[in-house]
Amino acid sequence: MLGLGKRDLIFLAVVLALTLAAPVLLNPFAENSGLAQFNAGYPDLMQRIAIFAIFAVGFNILFGLTGYLSFGHAAFLGVGSYSALWMFKLLSLNIIPGIILAVIMGGVFALAIGYVSLRRSGIYFSILTLAFAQMSYNLAYSVLTPITNGESGLQPDLGDPRILDAASSSGSVPPTNIFGLAMSETWKVDFLGRVFQFNAGYYVCGLISVLMFYLALRIFRSPFGMMLRAVKSNQNRLNYTGLNTRPYMLTAFVISGMYAGLAGGLMAAMDPLAGPDRMQWTASGEVVLMTILGGAGTMLGPVLGAGFIKYFENIFSKINDHVLQGWFSVFPHWLQDLLVTIFHPFMGKGWNLTLGLLFMLVVIFLPGGLIEGGNRLMRLTRRRRRDDGPRPSEAPAE
Amino acid sequence: MDAIILQMLNGLDKGSAYALIALGLTLIFGTLGVVNFAHGAMFMIGAFCAVTMQRLLHLSFTVLDPTKKDFLGNPMKVSTPYIEHWFGKATGAAILDWSVPISILLAVPVMVILGVVMERGLIKHFYKRAHADQILVTFGLAIVLQEIVKQVFGANPIPTPAPHALAGALDLGAMLGFAANTIVYPAWRLIYFLFSLVIIGGVFAFLQFTTFGMVVRAGMADRETVGLLGINIDRRFTIMFGLAAAVAGLAGVMYTPINSPNYHMGMDFLVLSFVVVVVGGMGSLPGAVAAGFLLGILESFGSMNAVKDLIPGIDQIIIYVIAIVVLLTRPRGLMGRRGVMED
Repeated sequence: MLGLGKRDLIFLAVVLALTLAAPVLLNPFAENSGLAQFNAGYPDLMQRIAIFAIFAVGFNILFGLTGYLSFGHAAFLGVGSYSALWMFKLLSLNIIPGIILAVIMGGVFALAIGYVSLRRSGIYFSILTLAFAQMSYNLAYSVLTPITNGESGLQPDLGDPRILDAASSSGSVPPTNIFGLAMSETWKVDFLGRVFQFNAGYYVCGLISVLMFYLALRIFRSPFGMMLRAVKSNQNRLNYTGLNTRPYMLTAFVISGMYAGLAGGLMAAMDPLAGPDRMQWTASGEVVLMTILGGAGTMLGPVLGAGFIKYFENIFSKINDHVLQGWFSVFPHWLQDLLVTIFHPFMGKGWNLTLGLLFMLVVIFLPGGLIEGGNRLMRLTRRRRRDDGPRPSEAPAE
Repeated sequence: MDAIILQMLNGLDKGSAYALIALGLTLIFGTLGVVNFAHGAMFMIGAFCAVTMQRLLHLSFTVLDPTKKDFLGNPMKVSTPYIEHWFGKATGAAILDWSVPISILLAVPVMVILGVVMERGLIKHFYKRAHADQILVTFGLAIVLQEIVKQVFGANPIPTPAPHALAGALDLGAMLGFAANTIVYPAWRLIYFLFSLVIIGGVFAFLQFTTFGMVVRAGMADRETVGLLGINIDRRFTIMFGLAAAVAGLAGVMYTPINSPNYHMGMDFLVLSFVVVVVGGMGSLPGAVAAGFLLGILESFGSMNAVKDLIPGIDQIIIYVIAIVVLLTRPRGLMGRRGVMED
């Protein structure tokens, strides 16, 4: 069904179920309990996780399959955001045209940049993509101000023409919507002392991300995906067989650019404000971090990485010294102070430090990312179980 | 004519910084074959060595001075830096004034140790791994170093002034025979340029005229053979890593009066320095230096009003445009060697 094998189908169904149930699953702690700060079931964070999952899955199609490390993918994200916003300003606040244009523009930019960058490989490719992204960022900041509104960022306002939905000149700008259903619409359900928030915007992002996940799954399993893997394992050999790899590479680059454009469009749809910061190379770095942390080249890795980074970024920023003191209050005073002093640089505003350290540890010890860590753990427990007693019937390890 | 000379001079200070960072990057790449994304952080840490030195020198003690009264009539608190107390008023003040050049004394050992520790502790384990892994781990290291500096020194730029004697501007136009006040150039920037020339010359002389440098050059050409001759090439390469870190650090120290150091200055320069290295040709030391000055000067020409009117926004993107053109027409860069990074 859907062109997938049985295992993939189950996999996809699990991902879909998790996505749909996320507002419940990510909210396991009661509202008033001390653990409520670990909840992630509110719309803003879930939207971000879904959007960055799309971004990372798309990036993984390029980096994970072909091994070409692009340091400029944020450019497509930014282009997507700007084009979506222009659609909101000119056409309507319905997000669909905006998102479609975002994907198209992401693809067009990726085609242009990829056509040039893919002439080189390795470090040169990374530098070229980086150069293009920085160029876009600098232009968005300075000369293109009529289009991008420079530093203050582009956002819809009352004077916009908005041809399709009649622009009202009074009141405030209506929220972005999908055929009248506002993205900010949230239904709160009180259940067993917990408040679950079901947000329209999240479900739009979540469903699109599942769809994109499915698409990526198909690409991974297709002959085209096989070709990209061949590029990663040995491009020279491919060239010697008389095969021109560049069209395949360019296709992969454009696809991942379109994913990034889509993510940018969704970002603008959820929060209609786009600034040039979105294109800066630190943003490109972030998606690299996500993909590597989760596990490049695996299906679930980038999603996991995106969720992991966004979730902990959010949690860590909430942990201040006061919270730390609460945690360590069982210890004697001097030990409590010592522990707070030790943990202080890593919490709160120190999240980037923790992330950097974590990232280094992953690159050094777990080049396959969290997914490889999970696999290793699984193998370890399985082996231990086998040591308990002989079990001849168990299937041999791969 | 004088306008052109002025723009060239304006490009020199940035070009010097690019050239020094790119020189270190190329040294590391040429010897160890590692793409070091943490090199910008070395530049930044060098700059913060100057900040640390400034703070150390300004450590002071406070005494109540009964001869002076504040507006409430109480004895006023007077704080005296230890330096002035120890060396006397005049010498102490002079030392404080010259804190940036003095920081070199602190920066060199700090940077060399940091470089050696970094190479032995981390980079060593990445020789056999893919270039992408090297980029990633050094990128992570750069984030960590940057965040540590941010935690210690805060996020705001910290002003570190140049010595008073060198803080003013020079009327170079008058010296070179043009009309007065046409080419006015800050003295410190000229110092920075000369300083970078000295450092670059020193590095080249070291590689060219010492036995150590000869071995290193031989190792760059064929590491295995040098190793087979019974020379411990790894240790020399480690020292070269320390040297490259020191070059970046010195570039950072002397750059502080031009731009107040902040924690992300390293990353800002790193991106451009990579472009410089690639334009100059991966693994080519003269290429890195030449491309550094070239791009610095071109960037300064791009920011001339006449040019900006012709092509709007050119000042922001000129370096990248040049990099793209160079890479597409001369894939090995301006002076790149055959067989470097071509796998």
